[in-house]
Amino acid sequence: MTEIAGIPLQVLYGQLLLGLINGSFYAILSLGLAIIFGLLNIINFAHGALYMIGAFLTWMGMYYLNINYFAMLVLAPVLVGLFGCVIERLLLRRLYNLDHLYGLLLTFGVTLILEGVFRSVYGSSGQAYRVPAALSGAVDIGFMILPIYRAWVVVASLAVCLATWIIIERTRLGSILRAGTENSKLVEAFGVNVPLVITATFGFGAGLAAFAGVLAAPIIQISPLMGSNLIITVFAVVVIGGMGSLFGAVLSGLMLGLIEGLARTFYPETSAIAVFIIMAIVLMVKPAGLFGKEK
Amino acid sequence: MGKRLAYGLSFGAMLFAPMAVYPIFLMNVLVFALFACAFNLLLGFAGLLSFGHAAFFGWSAYITGHMLMEMNWPPLAGILAGTVAGGSIGLIVGALSIRRQGIYFTMVTLALAQMMYFLALQMDFTRGEDGLQGVPRGSLFGLIDLGNDLNMYYFVLAVFVGGYALIVRTVHSPFGQVLKAIKENEPRAISLGYKVERYKLLAFVLSAALAALAGATKTVVLGFATLTDVHWMMSGTVVLMTLVGGMGTLIGPVIGAAAIIFLEYRLDWLGKMLAASTNINWFARLGDSATVVIGCVFVVCVLAFRRGVAGEAKAYWARRTVTEQLL
Repeated sequence: MTEIAGIPLQVLYGQLLLGLINGSFYAILSLGLAIIFGLLNIINFAHGALYMIGAFLTWMGMYYLNINYFAMLVLAPVLVGLFGCVIERLLLRRLYNLDHLYGLLLTFGVTLILEGVFRSVYGSSGQAYRVPAALSGAVDIGFMILPIYRAWVVVASLAVCLATWIIIERTRLGSILRAGTENSKLVEAFGVNVPLVITATFGFGAGLAAFAGVLAAPIIQISPLMGSNLIITVFAVVVIGGMGSLFGAVLSGLMLGLIEGLARTFYPETSAIAVFIIMAIVLMVKPAGLFGKEK
Repeated sequence: MGKRLAYGLSFGAMLFAPMAVYPIFLMNVLVFALFACAFNLLLGFAGLLSFGHAAFFGWSAYITGHMLMEMNWPPLAGILAGTVAGGSIGLIVGALSIRRQGIYFTMVTLALAQMMYFLALQMDFTRGEDGLQGVPRGSLFGLIDLGNDLNMYYFVLAVFVGGYALIVRTVHSPFGQVLKAIKENEPRAISLGYKVERYKLLAFVLSAALAALAGATKTVVLGFATLTDVHWMMSGTVVLMTLVGGMGTLIGPVIGAAAIIFLEYRLDWLGKMLAASTNINWFARLGDSATVVIGCVFVVCVLAFRRGVAGEAKAYWARRTVTEQLL
């Protein structure tokens, strides 16, 4: 048997792989959002723009300075992370005792500025970036041809998600972080520099977004608007997963990527809105999200 | 008394405004002022930040455009169709989104609006990237030719005044008072026995329908409906208009809409003027990066100017009155 419901299996596997890759991006991005939200109670609208900057830095590194892909894989998240720290110190810090909505609005404004700057310099058309030589080519794994770079994207994102989870759930730094979200005053009384922890957390979340951007650079058109449509899908993913858990963010990200891949195979016209339809269904059944806690 | 006088004066000014200012610009301001007022009804008076109002504005624009172009409906019927369509979409989006609170509510409205954006992109009657172009204005009751800009202006003014009056009436009604109570303390409103969800939903639908009225009118004025109208940037723009003018004030969104439309229309001109007066050449290129300027306005408003123009003015008068009483 080589087809299901008239769809060749090769096509199905291809779409599922594509879905898994999109799912990896959703997972890293929603994980970053969830970490920032956990400690700062801010929905970071600029997350998509930071992802875009990650991809652009990768391209700029190659184009202007001849820095290779693997160096940028470390360098871009660090730079964007530092930039995130600056945003937190200069802007977000002033909003913590206000309604959380102001954080969303501020980061929306920051998004407009960042996208606008890149658009006025590079225009709206995309820049191309080549897959690094070490990761190009494809292998035959029996039932399908697997491009190595795409497999690498999935493996690298899962590894980063796992590492993040270990840091937060299993280390002392992580326990400080989690305690800080519960009761920052108490943690401060133990001598922990909570404002510093908050800054570092925002920087770390921003770095995660940039990491996704570097991974994306060789497989998409790098354009100033690449983050802005993606980020809203990621918001939907976050609503589906429930903001309470990091696990929920990662799992629902991967799951929704796969569902999107299936939708693209069987009902192509619904693939762009599949995530939103699922969000609507989840909201009707479980308003707190699949892994969220009822408040 | 002073308030009545102010309303009378500004209405008089609006009647004569097209003698002095380009009517299309004025109509644009009125349409977006109505849109911002509709949005502010929800944010300023019920405390619900929707980031998806472009869905109602834009879909109404498409429906109205379709009715006028393909069905040859008269403009009033087309506008009514758009408003009803926008209100119905508002009912669905509202019913789903009020199940979550605060930031989650905002994200759900944003996500559902993005879904409506993709629908507009894929459906046939919206004509994808091109949008609907050359929508005829038609004539009012078969008598008044709306092709004439001045006639069109007075029609738009009537729509705006009607919508504004409805919002003022709503805010000052018992229903508006309940909304205010929900905004201030939702658990208390619940324990007082109000069916909070129903009130919120009604406010959402009303706000969506008025936003749709603005979108429908916009299509008749400008003769097109495109993806820009349904894009989330449009939702952001209306938030900004309300924020600049002053959320929770009745007149604020009107001021904000006028300011932002002016900025969008005349940024180029403003930049060149600044460049000429300060000798800094960089300003001359301001028109190329409207998004950056608007983003900066956003950031400044959120950081330092949260009450907006109308809110700051109100606070200033309140301070003055207190000082006078003390003296």
